Amino acid sequence: MNIAIIKYNAGNVASVMYALDRIGAKYTWTDDEKVIQAADKVIFPGVGEASTAMAYLREKKLDQLIPTLKQPVLATCIGMQLLCKHSEENDTDCMGVFDVNIIRFQSNDLKIPHVGWNSIQATGENDLMKGLNETEFVYFVHSFYAPVYQDTSATCDYIQPFSAMLQKDNFFAAQFHAEISGKVGQKIIQNFLDL
Amino acid sequence: MLTKRIIPCLDIKEGRTVKGTNFVDLRDAGDPVELGAFYAENGADELVFLDITATIDNRKTLVELVKQVARQVNIPFTVGGGIGSIEDVSALLNAGADKVSINSSAVRRPGLIDELALQFGSQCIIVAIDTRFVDGIDWVHTHGGRNITPIKTIEWAKEVEQRGAGEILLTSMDTDGTKAGFANQLTAEISSNSSIPIIASGGAGTMKDFYDVFTLGKADAGLAASIFHFKEIEINALKNYLAKKGIPMRI
Repeated sequence: MNIAIIKYNAGNVASVMYALDRIGAKYTWTDDEKVIQAADKVIFPGVGEASTAMAYLREKKLDQLIPTLKQPVLATCIGMQLLCKHSEENDTDCMGVFDVNIIRFQSNDLKIPHVGWNSIQATGENDLMKGLNETEFVYFVHSFYAPVYQDTSATCDYIQPFSAMLQKDNFFAAQFHAEISGKVGQKIIQNFLDL
Repeated sequence: MLTKRIIPCLDIKEGRTVKGTNFVDLRDAGDPVELGAFYAENGADELVFLDITATIDNRKTLVELVKQVARQVNIPFTVGGGIGSIEDVSALLNAGADKVSINSSAVRRPGLIDELALQFGSQCIIVAIDTRFVDGIDWVHTHGGRNITPIKTIEWAKEVEQRGAGEILLTSMDTDGTKAGFANQLTAEISSNSSIPIIASGGAGTMKDFYDVFTLGKADAGLAASIFHFKEIEINALKNYLAKKGIPMRI
């Protein structure tokens, strides 16, 4: 299998590569349109800030390419947020694969960002949580979130319920870091590779 | 529900764990990779590797070690010890570390925190604060707690957050090694005035000490070394105990 990890300016992706190494999957880290289009699976990872990341994707025209991909795409953390319509983080227009806006957590008593292991619950169709329990723990680090809406495939509760995972056609997304979420995260990545 | 984290800390010297360990079931208890993987399999929520020699010669050894850990361990891990530049951090993150921890270098030059947060994102920058109570005030210390600074711990904690630290690892030199409990009062004061997670360290001796640091101390995570290495407390048993007492835990 031929896996493309999309190369852009959002943070460090070494952990994602090591997670694939542990599974024994081969991958290419690339921003080349042809290589991405030809891949069997595409991973769109990242940590970072939305407006800087979108500016880079536009410059490389990846913002045009990604929404048109037909093979299974897995977006994590900021990758997931960039696939949504708009982010409150520096008022950024994103790619709009998922018809939902990213908003900032607000709380007077709970800490922001949301950091650590929290439980997620599968809701409805969730191909990536096959073989897992309905409730599992995964590792989060984020200050912005997607509210629960029709394409939510798993929810998490912090301050209020939000989308931990999204799923629509060939697009799969996780707000958490599957690559460092223990056996659960490993299974989620494996399920994606098995699609 | 967001859970409280239990974090074993492994001290590393020339690529080996120091402070003996008591794991008879490990092939090589001095191998940080094997010990880290063991903890990851047995309930640890995160790992911290602290390079206690941290000389330039040892840097390459440390980077190699981080690569091996990253190949084995599927939970977040932090690397600390002697990190003083963007290049240091870049090498460790590229080798697969999820976060780095800086201490003395941030005290020497606080702007380093801003630079690292801007370059790599706050989520991977932990500022470690070593503190000791002297003449009625908590002061920041450096060099493993040996040198006092003119900086008040409470004020430094606020400053590092403003500069972009993603988490604070607070070690009390007053309680460290005593096994008489964490510095709950100071931890609570800092945690209550902070929006970033506080990892409490120093003083863990019993399971109740962890209960206290999560309740009285308002800590987000509890870190310890020897009690885990010597199997005085087993992490899964600790987490079951805490969960029964109502502390949210990843079991």
